[in-house]
Amino acid sequence: MKFGIVVFPGSNCDHDAYHAASVNAGFGAQYLWHKDTLIPDDIDCIILPGGFSYGDYLRCGAVAQFSPLMKEVKKFAENGKFVVGICNGFQILTETGMLPGALLKNENLNFICKDTNLKVISNDSAFTSAYKKGDVINIPIAHGEGNYYADADTLKMLEDENLIVFKYSSHDGIIEKQYNPNGSVNNIAGIISKKGNVLGMMPHPERYSDKQLGCNDGVNIFKSIARSLS
Amino acid sequence: MNKYKANIKITLREGILDVQGKTVEHALHSIGFESMSAVRIGKFVTLYIQAESESTAMNQIENACKQIIANPIIEDYSIEITKAE
Repeated sequence: MKFGIVVFPGSNCDHDAYHAASVNAGFGAQYLWHKDTLIPDDIDCIILPGGFSYGDYLRCGAVAQFSPLMKEVKKFAENGKFVVGICNGFQILTETGMLPGALLKNENLNFICKDTNLKVISNDSAFTSAYKKGDVINIPIAHGEGNYYADADTLKMLEDENLIVFKYSSHDGIIEKQYNPNGSVNNIAGIISKKGNVLGMMPHPERYSDKQLGCNDGVNIFKSIARSLS
Repeated sequence: MNKYKANIKITLREGILDVQGKTVEHALHSIGFESMSAVRIGKFVTLYIQAESESTAMNQIENACKQIIANPIIEDYSIEITKAE
């Protein structure tokens, strides 16, 4: 199992993702420069890491979607292989249309950097199978534009097809507006694609994958992916 | 070939809460401009384009707006074109 972590100009969670995938989860990992035109054959999962690709100019993720490697990432996903977008990576995935919806400015206009509780809404996915449905995990967020928006039809589709994997909740799993840090519609924190092979989430599992940092609730995402490959 | 200048206005789509607009509206009210409402904040892009005609220029800019300049899921845009010297 090997992760390929795409490095854009302005990525700043690429090293954390590398550390989580390799040291914490125990798998192979390799950086991929965004100007590359080839994804090596031994890569099983692409990670689009957090950060501020291209300075978040125009809109978050708007410019990064046209990096040469992104063409290959789209093909990679079309072939059913795994792609994970974390924070800015999620924004890039919505800009490319690989995931539905968009990320708006946080409702309170603040850049929010804090721990959040996420309820595992579905563990019936390649990215969440190592959790139990209903688990509440502690994963930090760090974003100014994480307010997930989708129109009513898209939301219904996401709910009906069980594509929402994480929602912001209380520590005991109550999903209410007061536990929603950024205004995301229906408290959505992470979704998967219709085919189930693309995950986008605003919280940072790679930042809570090492016990030395006080919490490793995020490492199970990496482990879930490996499990679904075996 | 002719040269045209385009002014492109981008705003959040109707019905999407514009939190920046709301905040500015509250500020306006707090300094005495109570009569002002529905503040919306957007982006303004200008560019020059070489094209055979105004309609070709317009088509290309429309495509650019759909692909990168705006995100049609959350944003509306309007384009004004004038012939540049």
